[in-house]
Amino acid sequence: MSSLFPLTVEGAETRRRGKTLVGPVSMTLTGAGATVVVGPNGAGKTTLLRLLHGAARLNAGSIRWAVPTEQAQEAQAFVFQRPVMLRRSVVENLIYPLRLRGTPRKAAAAEAEAWAARVGLSDMLHRPATVLSGGEQQKLAIARALIIKPQVVFLDEPCASLDGRATAEIESILQDTKAAGTHLILSTHDMGQARRLADEVVFMLHGRVHETSAAAAFFDAPETAPARAFLNGDIVT
Amino acid sequence: MTDLWSGLSQAFWLVVTADAELAEIALRSLHVTLTALVLGCAIAMPLAALLAVRRFRWRRTVIAVLNALMGLPPVVVGLVVYILLSRSGPFGVFGLLFTPTAMIIAQMVIIIPLIASIAHQSLRDLWQDYHDLLISMNVTQWQKIRTLLWDARRALLTAALAGFGRGIGEVGAIMIVGGNIDNATRVLTTAIALETGKGDFALALALGIVLIGLTIAVNLCIHWLGQTEREGRW
Ligand SMILES: Nc1ncnc2c1ncn2[C@@H]1O[C@H](COP(=O)(O)OP(=O)(O)O)[C@@H](O)[C@H]1O
Ligand SMILES: [Mg+2]
Repeated sequence: MSSLFPLTVEGAETRRRGKTLVGPVSMTLTGAGATVVVGPNGAGKTTLLRLLHGAARLNAGSIRWAVPTEQAQEAQAFVFQRPVMLRRSVVENLIYPLRLRGTPRKAAAAEAEAWAARVGLSDMLHRPATVLSGGEQQKLAIARALIIKPQVVFLDEPCASLDGRATAEIESILQDTKAAGTHLILSTHDMGQARRLADEVVFMLHGRVHETSAAAAFFDAPETAPARAFLNGDIVT
Repeated sequence: MTDLWSGLSQAFWLVVTADAELAEIALRSLHVTLTALVLGCAIAMPLAALLAVRRFRWRRTVIAVLNALMGLPPVVVGLVVYILLSRSGPFGVFGLLFTPTAMIIAQMVIIIPLIASIAHQSLRDLWQDYHDLLISMNVTQWQKIRTLLWDARRALLTAALAGFGRGIGEVGAIMIVGGNIDNATRVLTTAIALETGKGDFALALALGIVLIGLTIAVNLCIHWLGQTEREGRW
């Protein structure tokens, strides 16, 4: 499959009832490793991710992948801040996206079990997904996103409400995913997580992208004053 | 008091002796209502799912109309179906009036809005839950509907039970379109009405008890079906 990257965003904007939530945003993502979107609450991280994924309305500008949009969407998956669990068992949740794509049931079940093992959910294959703990649900959501072998996975603050151990487990899954060549576009307000995962950082404030830099450069010497203040832990308004 | 007592004992004897006429009437009741229920569900549930997932211009109006139709008086439904099926009506050529088919049609008209309304409420809630995920997975309209119907099946069972309850106990519409003809369109409710009218309270009561027993039995059956499902409770 040909690569989705580079992703070119030009003047992209999304509005809701006349109010601009995000934009205009212009940037180019080359698709190396992980892109981490940082910024204070309400900066528009979630909205930007949804916009890039095609789940928020593009009111102005353009978002172009290197392949036709439909093909690009087939190769993407999205993990929400609050995991959405289908009211089915763990294994049925994993099988679902494969069945949508026409994978035969047997093959899908085998694949599902392999993924459950990879994220440490083997013991609860037949438990209803809705009774899992927050960390288990998020791991299931990530496995369900990865099972279709996407080229790009969007993750919206995947560890926002999880404890240290669950966060560590999820980061390790994400590191493996990255190593396997899947591009991550992840938002977080946890600077430690950003440092651990990012190859490229997008800094957002008030619905605008203020900075797009290589991770090392960003954490060493951010170009803009708000980004410097944000990294210092100051309250950015 | 004596009426009640002799009704009970008569009902007991009718049941234990497997009275042929009673069995025929009871089976006809079941046949009419279960057929109406199956066909009604096949229409009402996909309709409810479609109303949950699809935004179209008249959506709110359709939902409001469905809710209003829930309270449709059966007698009026009977009257309208009668007019449509009568010899001079638009569907008169089929000769359906005073047949079980006419009764099934009338009952479908009565229970479809009820089932669709109840089903829509739970499907709408589930859709709010699933919306972002399914949109993100690029599912087709048809896949959305299938997913919702499957994952809401317990709530849908409740909707079906409500439909069954309304259908099996209904008398106004089927009396009009069926005609309560012995050996042809007589069902439990119309037989009760007839026996009561003749003053044979004992037999009417016996039929009533059989009707209640039948209703409970079917409810238990459906409930048990739902319970034995392997995947736990939602
Ligand atoms: N559906 C919506 N309707 C109206 N405003 C919204 C909606 N979604 C987000 N917003 C607004 O857009 C801004 C950005 O939100 P969001 O993308 O969730 O920020 P972040 O994820 O960085 O916290 C916020 O001011 C938020 O209130
Ligand atoms: Mg957010």
